[in-house]
Amino acid sequence: MSGSTSVSIQLRLEEDWLEICDRTQLVPGRGLAALLPDGRQAALFLDREGRAYAIDNRDPFTGAAVLSRGLLGTEQGRPFVASPLLKQRFDLETGRCLDDDEVSVAVHPVRVA
Amino acid sequence: MPTPAQNPLPRPTLVLIGHGMVGQRFLEAAAAQGLTASHRVVVLCEEPRPAYDRVQLTSYFAGRTPDELSLTDRAFLDEHGIELYVGDAAESFDREARTVTARSGAVFPYDKLVLATGSYPFVPPVPGKDATGCFVYRTIEDLLAIEEYAKRRATTGAVVGGGLLGLEAAGALKGLGLATHVVEFAPRLMPVQVDEGGGAALLRTITGMGLTVHTGTGTQEIVTGEDGAVSGMKLSDGSEVATDLVVFSAGVRPRDQLARDHGLTVGERGGITVDEQCRTSDPDVYAIGECALAADGRVYGLVAPGYEMAQTAAADIAAQEASFTGADLSTKLKLLGVDVASFGDAHGAAEGCLDVVYTDSRSGTYKKLVMSPDGELLGGILVGDAEQYGVLRPLTGTVPPVPAEQLVLPAGAGAPVALGPEALPGSAVICNCHNVTKDAICACSSLPEVKKCTKAGTGCGSCLKVIGQLLPKSGDDGLCGCFGQTRQELYEIVRALRITSFRELLDGHGREGARGGEGCDECKPAVGSIIASLAPSIGAKGYVLDGEQAALQDTNDHFLANLQKNGSYSVVPRIPGGEITPEKLIVIGEVARDFGLYTKITGGQRIDLFGARVEQLPMIWTRLVDAGFESGHAYGKALRTVKSCVGQTWCRYGVQDSVRMAIDLELRYRGLRAPHKLKSAVSGCARECAEAQSKDFGVIATASGWNLYVGGNGGATPRHADLLAQDLGDAELVRLIDRFLMFYIRTADRLERTAAWLDRIDGGLDHVRDVVVHDSLGICDELESLMAAHVTHYRDEWAETLDDPERLARFVSFVNAPGVPDPTVGFVPERDQIKPDLPLLSIGPRPLEGATR
Ligand code: SRM
Ligand SMILES: Cc1cc2nc3c(=O)[nH]c(=O)nc-3n(C[C@H](O)[C@H](O)[C@H](O)COP(=O)(O)OP(=O)(O)OC[C@H]3O[C@@H](n4cnc5c(N)ncnc54)[C@H](O)[C@@H]3O)c2cc1C
Ligand code: SF4
Ligand code: FES
Repeated sequence: MSGSTSVSIQLRLEEDWLEICDRTQLVPGRGLAALLPDGRQAALFLDREGRAYAIDNRDPFTGAAVLSRGLLGTEQGRPFVASPLLKQRFDLETGRCLDDDEVSVAVHPVRVA
Repeated sequence: MPTPAQNPLPRPTLVLIGHGMVGQRFLEAAAAQGLTASHRVVVLCEEPRPAYDRVQLTSYFAGRTPDELSLTDRAFLDEHGIELYVGDAAESFDREARTVTARSGAVFPYDKLVLATGSYPFVPPVPGKDATGCFVYRTIEDLLAIEEYAKRRATTGAVVGGGLLGLEAAGALKGLGLATHVVEFAPRLMPVQVDEGGGAALLRTITGMGLTVHTGTGTQEIVTGEDGAVSGMKLSDGSEVATDLVVFSAGVRPRDQLARDHGLTVGERGGITVDEQCRTSDPDVYAIGECALAADGRVYGLVAPGYEMAQTAAADIAAQEASFTGADLSTKLKLLGVDVASFGDAHGAAEGCLDVVYTDSRSGTYKKLVMSPDGELLGGILVGDAEQYGVLRPLTGTVPPVPAEQLVLPAGAGAPVALGPEALPGSAVICNCHNVTKDAICACSSLPEVKKCTKAGTGCGSCLKVIGQLLPKSGDDGLCGCFGQTRQELYEIVRALRITSFRELLDGHGREGARGGEGCDECKPAVGSIIASLAPSIGAKGYVLDGEQAALQDTNDHFLANLQKNGSYSVVPRIPGGEITPEKLIVIGEVARDFGLYTKITGGQRIDLFGARVEQLPMIWTRLVDAGFESGHAYGKALRTVKSCVGQTWCRYGVQDSVRMAIDLELRYRGLRAPHKLKSAVSGCARECAEAQSKDFGVIATASGWNLYVGGNGGATPRHADLLAQDLGDAELVRLIDRFLMFYIRTADRLERTAAWLDRIDGGLDHVRDVVVHDSLGICDELESLMAAHVTHYRDEWAETLDDPERLARFVSFVNAPGVPDPTVGFVPERDQIKPDLPLLSIGPRPLEGATR
């Protein structure tokens, strides 16, 4: 795990890793939104073990860019976020919606470095 | 992954023309029958995108994206080796040479050819029909064009055709913010599905929604302005309607031209003639879906019969036995806010049939059942209240277990029967779209499983309610998947062991598989609330944004504001008892004006300011706190308002000072976290102008003091409060409320209001009175001291937040661009204020200006 030196959360966009924020800015169990250079938004999360996740921030059920404001949870050992609007849950590793097989959101490669 | 064809013999080729809903279902059936393994399968798809859910087309306006409407994915096509040519239509075919030529010039040999070309919208040949601003409503491209045009240059829209689709289109136009007209040639709306009585009820509801309806009149001419764009419409009754946009929805016609051109038999009124196996007059050519004229002489404009035809054709090609002999025409309108359903022999065409009709024109309700002379249910029409559709439709063709008149009477009238889905036979078809029986649904144990295994509920969705009623209730009363305990048990654990951390509780007391995990969105806020309401006595910090607590709260508690549908927030300052000075009222007005917020008086005697972006919240609250306002906790499971009537001070009937008491109570219990929200009211006399008997705790003045009522509720399941104690002095009243609230907080389930709690707990009201008034459990001292601790430790959450730069840092839209507001949060004007820009939401984030992609 991290020492006292600063550790950042980075997203991979095409080839490059983009530094988003300092790891300490993320509270485990909660998310933050990041604005990507092309105008899209990513939702970043940290779980209690310090693992980072990133998915598209847009809630496909309502269209609003709010997934970063949902609560994290674990379902059968897998991390998910529940949309704060209508509470549908999305697997943080695959982007699949746990409550509707036909819906999913994009996942971004992310690292803590 | 499929192995590439190693078969030395060339495989026979199956060509499908048209990749619509039925075409896609045909491919699924073909794959299931093994045809994709034995054949090369080629699909020509005219539209620029693969098959999508046309039935749910209108949900695009409710935010579903084109991608979400898709019915297929790359994986399915790849797995079955299907060659799909998107954006390439079939131009012609040669039945001698057995080839199909595509518009791109490609030529495909075929052994079997399947036509699934669907229909096209019929546009009546009126002058001006091709003008700029005229549209049809059939494809995603149509919708995108309508939306674009409406946004750019229309404020009024008109739909030609008041049938099922026309009303859907009208609903969509209205949703786009247009003043909307519907013109129907027949004397009533939805003439195919409903009869005269039903049409009248429907008309009332539709006009009530703000649409203008013109029935019994046709469209004679589309009037255009100087720029050649639509400016109005002349109707056959001589009147004229000004409109910027016209959507034709005057019925559909089968797309049978290709078949006609190549000598296949077509019906007199259109449709490719097929036999019971869906073969056309050429046995190697099949036609399915809306383009086909079925063996029973009908062209079906609904998806369910098309799906059956798809299964039949696939089975026949695979040399399996199958036939399509006809289908049911039941429909339920999906238009938001109007309940309309018709099923079976809705118009009573059968000989000797009888009607049972119930109408209530005040509420716009009309229900008709068509019965055979021997009591069999043949069909029906439901308008205004289609509750029973899910149960009645599957009963069609049987003698219902109760007399017909009881089926149409509203609940509460006569001798009502709760005819539930348990009354249905196992073979009853519950999901009409996918032809799924009750037995098939009962074989599953959850809704996701039902959807996955049977597809039931994934079409129009009108069967979902009944499906829900058929699925088993689980016997586990644990809080959620993470905790086997009830909320009350967790409260006791937290209190006794003085646990101040969610992780500690989860790892020590959670279910086996959940320990070490994150918890879930149900237990986190519930435990957060338990810890918050016990905070002073277990040594936890009360401030809800601190430390690990921060990750437990719903977004509303996290941002101390209420999340709205477009990602913006609303702000509700506390206005104790509803009393406010003119100065404070002016401050609210100024803040709303300066930040451009939509302003509304709430049902709780205070003011809600909507449309604040996250980064504006601290600035707004700085001004409000400076003016002496505090958080109103509209976001929390906490005390909301204590409403008051004006009471003795002014009112000629008042017997106590209800305003003062309401203010005292609101200030005492503000910030108190509970299993659900808490509401209260104080009335100055028995006339009860503050509606105290609909509150969690309500107080009504008497000549000698106060009466305390508990367990009232408005909302979806209203309940009148019960009288707990009478003629109380001020101090006594407060003491009883302290005890009552703390006892409730201690023993209620997650999201259980006092009304439900009172009805659930053993012994009910009498037990609560024993505990709270007579102290039968000897816990009243403790309950009172818990409340005393709450009252002393209360601090305004917003004032605390503004004082702490670290907490304030959360209020940004983007962690990596703190100054940038979220570009997807947009607004459009309405009635001199703002409202969320919904088209912006449905289309999704737009790239920022100057972005490279
Ligand atoms: C703003 C307001 C409507 C209005 O414009 O008047 C409102 C708005 C909401 N109500 Fe309400 N209710 C409002 C008065 C009421 C009332 C009337 C009253 O309090 O006198 C009732 C019926 C009384 C009652 O609760 O018993 C009411 C019964 C509900 C219910 C149903 C509760 C129930 O027990 O059945 C919900 C849903 C829930 O809480 O689960 C609800 C939920 C909501 C939510 C929180 C829905 C949500 O989660 O987004 C709305 C968000 C408020 C916001 O974003 O600011 N609202 N709601 C009213 C705010 C009052 C206030 O000043 O705080
Ligand atoms: C707004 C709306 C709401 C509806 N609501 C309901 C409802 O609630 N319940 C219900 O049961 N039904 C409903 N329907 C009807 C339902 O969508 C149709 O019954 C269903 O789509 C028919 O499927 P299909 O495959 O036969 O035709 P389609 O889905 O229309 O597919 C035909 C496809 O073939 C393509 N095609 C045509 N000619 C060629 C060619 N030469 N080469 C290549 N491709 C070609 C077309 O472009 C089209 O994509 C609704 C329809 C609309 C428009
Ligand atoms: S409840 Fe009684 S005191 Fe209060 S306003 Fe009504 S009549 Fe007057
Ligand atoms: S009846 Fe349409 S989805 Fe089930």
